[in-house]
Amino acid sequence: MNSVRTRSAPPPKAPPAAGLSARPVRSSLATWLDIKAAPYALVSPYFLLFAVFGFFPLLFTFWVSLHDWELAGSDREFIGFENYSELVKDADFWNSVYNTLGMFVLSTIPQILGALFLANLLNKKLRFRLVMRMGILLPLVTSIVAVSVVFSQLYARDYGFVNWILGKEGTLDWTADKWSSWTAVATMVDWRWTGYNALIFLAAMQSIPGDLYEAASIDGATTRRMFWSITIPMLKPAIVFVTIISTIGGLSLFTEPTLFNNGDVGGGSLSQSQTIAMYMYERGFRDFDFGYASAVAWMLFLLILIVSVISFLLTRRIGGAK
Amino acid sequence: MINRATWMTKVTLVVAVLLSAFPIYWMFIVATRGNDVVSSVPPPILPGGMFGDNLQRLSDTEDAHFWLGLGNSAIVATTVTLSVVVFSSLAGFAFAKLRFKGRNALLLVVLLTMMVPIQQMGIIPLYMLMVKLGWAGDLKSVIVPFLVNGFGVFLIRQYAAQAVPDELIEAARVDGCSTLRIYWSVVLPALRPAIAVLALFTFMQTWNEFIWPLAVLTPDNPTVQLSISRLNSTYFNDYTLMFTGTALATVPLIVIFVLFGRQIIGGIMEGAVKA
Repeated sequence: MNSVRTRSAPPPKAPPAAGLSARPVRSSLATWLDIKAAPYALVSPYFLLFAVFGFFPLLFTFWVSLHDWELAGSDREFIGFENYSELVKDADFWNSVYNTLGMFVLSTIPQILGALFLANLLNKKLRFRLVMRMGILLPLVTSIVAVSVVFSQLYARDYGFVNWILGKEGTLDWTADKWSSWTAVATMVDWRWTGYNALIFLAAMQSIPGDLYEAASIDGATTRRMFWSITIPMLKPAIVFVTIISTIGGLSLFTEPTLFNNGDVGGGSLSQSQTIAMYMYERGFRDFDFGYASAVAWMLFLLILIVSVISFLLTRRIGGAK
Repeated sequence: MINRATWMTKVTLVVAVLLSAFPIYWMFIVATRGNDVVSSVPPPILPGGMFGDNLQRLSDTEDAHFWLGLGNSAIVATTVTLSVVVFSSLAGFAFAKLRFKGRNALLLVVLLTMMVPIQQMGIIPLYMLMVKLGWAGDLKSVIVPFLVNGFGVFLIRQYAAQAVPDELIEAARVDGCSTLRIYWSVVLPALRPAIAVLALFTFMQTWNEFIWPLAVLTPDNPTVQLSISRLNSTYFNDYTLMFTGTALATVPLIVIFVLFGRQIIGGIMEGAVKA
């Protein structure tokens, strides 16, 4: 049914030899087919590839999670929701949930407040605007692996920069307990993302119509008052967007805490900084317990969904209270 | 509320920029000095002259396969970027400018796919799939699953909707152009700024990928991030070695960033307003 044109369409190849000026005479059937079928041909590579490498793995994760499925592959057994019922009783899993939420809260709140603060500063008359913007965005181009390696050294117990500044050389081991390792990981995340979020807020601030502020200042509003009563409410969509993105990224945190523990997905001797993604990796690719790890993956997805909805509801109220 | 910046504002911003740059700067200091750098008090503030020695040591550390990793990352990131740009611009153009049944429903599907962290969620079946295809350990396994992404399609769609006038497409049709011809001669030139941003983002993201290569590749055929993490877990007291690798893996991205910083920032801020 497909016309030869559309089926053989090699997407990025050079166009047919006939130039714009020399109009090829085409049958009306070919034109009709081109108009009807071409759109589908253009979007189909995306959907085909996504179906195989995105959608299928997602659904198959669920199928695997209903099995006792080890690497060996021969002895898989359908066990229904047994992996899940085991998971809700699994203290290691809840520990990873606790760690993930802890790091998430410790990183996200300062990150968003810091980004708002920076955006507000960048939104003034400034020289070297591009340099400033590029400066705060610089962390984003550094790989997470690089960030983690450098920060691990900065947080090192014996000769780390942070301990040197705090005067705690040789005494404070940042990896040793929950709060310190969460804080260290949170600073890595914030260092990387605050500038990016600030630019998103800045873009939103610049699209706020100026006459809103003019009217407010005629009414005698202070700068502070204008920030809280005009800027913040007008930024609501941007804040919601940034919060959701940070939620997805923050809850699936893996690279920073792993490398902070020198590549140990166990997250330290007492799993003090093991996140859910690390626990999933440990069960899947250390123990090769694919069924159980898949159940962890779905729980992670569920948690992301729940926290996203909560974040959305919370941020949606911004500005409404005043 | 566009006020003139006070000196407090300027100082705070300069401090923010310095904090942003410091870890990267520190990386280069350590990479150009000997291992005594980390234990010297106060820490040195200028680069040293030992980069060549460190480079040699890095090359001699055979089990990290650093240069192979660097080459692999270049191949992977370039291939994925080319593919994402081609497929996203084709699909984005169709969604923005062509009329077809089911367009809005399909676009909604694209949006939903953007919300799911596939890398983490689907990692186990994806790994099984790669084993079945015999691709585990091969570069194909870190390329093929990422040949398309929803973000790219959506970005191009948003840009094409306002950058390509419908009249231009109509005129080309009247002239007898096929859809593919319109894409090539009319749409693609107009999309150039968005394509530049998409290409840069995709390259950076692919270059920096970690969890999936860690799962599916082997240490003797790594990407550069895996090489570094191997240095990190095996030689974690040899900071200059690690930091030399890290610095080398960061340089390509910093070069891209300095060259295209204006476009990258423009892309982020423009995308933000529409999102």
